Amino acid sequence: MSQRIHIRGGRVIDPSSQKDTHQDVFIADGRILALGKNPDGFEADLSIDAGGQIVCPGFIDLSARLREPGYEHKATIASESLAAAAGGVTTVCMPPDTYPIIDTPAVVRLIHDKAALAGKLRIQPIGALTRGLKGQDLSEMSFLKEAGCRAVSNAMSPVANTLVLRRALEYAASHDLLVIVRPEDKDLADQGCAHEGAISTRMGLRGVPYAAETVAVVQVLALIEHTGARVHFAQLSSARALRSISRAREKGLPVTADVAIHQLHLTDEAIQDFDANYHLRPPLRERSDLEALRNGVREGVITALCSDHQPHEPDAKLDAFPATEPGIASLQTLLPLTLALVEAGAMTLTQALAALTSGPADILGIKGVALTPGSVADLCVFDPEQRWTVDSDTWLSAGRNTPYWGQTLKGRVTHTLLGGARVFELNAR
Amino acid sequence: MTHTTDLQLDARGQLRHFLSVEGLPRALLESIMDTAESLSSVTEQTVKKVPLLRGKTIVNLFFETSTRTRTTFELAAKRLSADVLNVNIATSATTKGESLLDTIRNIEAMHVDMFVVRHAQSGAPHFIARHVAPHISVINAGDGRHAHPTQAMLDVFTIRRHKGDFSQLTVAVVGDILHSRVARSEIHALRTLGTKEIRVVGPRTLIPADIESLGVKAFYDLDGGLEGADVIIMLRLQRERMNGAFIPSEHEYYARFGLTEARLAQAKKDVMVMHPGPINRGVEIESSVADGNRSVILQQVTHGIAIRMAVMSMAMRHESTERTT
Repeated sequence: MSQRIHIRGGRVIDPSSQKDTHQDVFIADGRILALGKNPDGFEADLSIDAGGQIVCPGFIDLSARLREPGYEHKATIASESLAAAAGGVTTVCMPPDTYPIIDTPAVVRLIHDKAALAGKLRIQPIGALTRGLKGQDLSEMSFLKEAGCRAVSNAMSPVANTLVLRRALEYAASHDLLVIVRPEDKDLADQGCAHEGAISTRMGLRGVPYAAETVAVVQVLALIEHTGARVHFAQLSSARALRSISRAREKGLPVTADVAIHQLHLTDEAIQDFDANYHLRPPLRERSDLEALRNGVREGVITALCSDHQPHEPDAKLDAFPATEPGIASLQTLLPLTLALVEAGAMTLTQALAALTSGPADILGIKGVALTPGSVADLCVFDPEQRWTVDSDTWLSAGRNTPYWGQTLKGRVTHTLLGGARVFELNAR
Repeated sequence: MTHTTDLQLDARGQLRHFLSVEGLPRALLESIMDTAESLSSVTEQTVKKVPLLRGKTIVNLFFETSTRTRTTFELAAKRLSADVLNVNIATSATTKGESLLDTIRNIEAMHVDMFVVRHAQSGAPHFIARHVAPHISVINAGDGRHAHPTQAMLDVFTIRRHKGDFSQLTVAVVGDILHSRVARSEIHALRTLGTKEIRVVGPRTLIPADIESLGVKAFYDLDGGLEGADVIIMLRLQRERMNGAFIPSEHEYYARFGLTEARLAQAKKDVMVMHPGPINRGVEIESSVADGNRSVILQQVTHGIAIRMAVMSMAMRHESTERTT
């Protein structure tokens, strides 16, 4: 497995060291050995021609559901590991809403074992914040941490009881665990399936108001001041919530935020034909939110872009819009959609790649995500100009629930290395 | 991407499915009303039948219980000489776990020609229309909060019979707009027909977000909303709204938004009072108003049959021409 690899002629972009230069990269023993000149006596087992391509650290995705254990009819760790590798993603955080829920070390170990078996992806299981995600009792967070969890979360089941939430934050803080909050007030969300506004009104769809997100954010922010917990707000959807988080960061509160890539490209106008591929939670919102969230990334309030990958079996999307399951399968579209933001002038390439690499690494406290000698060789090589069509020939995820099906996107990963081992090579299948 | 309008019309602009009033051209709405006008004579004959849909099979697919709508669709189909099958799924297949698509496929396999669909989920008829065999037409008989296009058409048909020109009319829709598919479809129909002013009236809890974007004015008090109105459409207030903290009590609702004789006395002399039914006497409307000389509530029911005959025969006309070409 441990090959000596020479990546030739690529443009090396390493956001953590602000590097953007044309250099060769030399890899040995799973780590980066050197950059630039061929080290004395280095003989490559494998040479990768990266001419015209970009070499950067492997992407770290803060939210991808791989559906295993428990929902193998949707996808498996093996199937989604392939999709991740093809998307240049080398580490994913898996929310705890599997079955069984990730609230015991045994489930964490199971996931690590499955990941090792698939051998193409590092998986960071996110532990449950409360037992069974029920919002009543604390999970055994310290044991979860010992098993390898860096963060805990209640995923899509917001903790309704504010006293439980306070204690969960305090307890997580005492074990120095990051708490990931997908901000949603369950009552205000009211089982809605679309952004509450002109379009949901016209379509007669139950709306999720802005307040569902802002109330949850403000509530958690108030509790952080009490508890000192480190909180990461996941998959923001609204300009208003972003403003609150921005102010909290200015005040010095230990909070970070990410946004799902599709929230930077799509708005609720997309749902007007009841196309279930646009049924998301949080829902797609308005143009002004999309613009504000893009600005949030550019200005560094949002420091990570995630795929929010949610693969489904076909039946999950074959029903009346409100009765379908929300989510997009998106591991492989993360890179092209991110590059499209750069092309649209919403951010620089370095900013965009930082939000896929060093940004999420800092949030999780993962050290050494860099292209510097000694770093673990998790990296990808991609051709920013290559066009490819999302279809059954290119798609590796078990879930085909993407609104981009059949569309041609620009930017394609050609090689992915995980710990110095080649886990994806375009056209090698 | 298929837009709703494209889904509803065939290449020649003929009605293929009737899912929503939204986006349909004014000429088509007028043609539905004209056809209903000519068919309404049928219902006054001794032999109340025309052979327009002889040999066709129409399935009333009701995933949500309804008496009035289903009955009028059934009568309309029978007066067009079609065979009618009533399938009540609220209590059968889907509770056993059969998917919506499987239900459709199974009934489709019985060689039927039209589905009349009532469903609790907004967009269900769109979903069905996208997945049925090409010769089958889908008529929306009410989906979630989204649309109830035949109800809206019978309402504007009733208004046209009494008032004629929409461009001079102010129409007030009163009550639970938030949950009402009828209100949404009426708004689209009235707007397409060039109504001068459309109002929605109710407490803010029952008026959905950004309703003005549909081209209506919102009023949160009944007296203001009724001032100068030519047509008042009262909506049914469902009892469960009390539980959802939308309103405090029937008593207070009736006091503020109920249409009483006293309130009606303040309105225009020739105002029309309408209600899609079923009515809750003493909740949103006073009995004497519902039965009074300004009420056209029972005419609406009669017109419902003619409108449904019109829509079904027009959608089937699409079907037969498609087949012969």
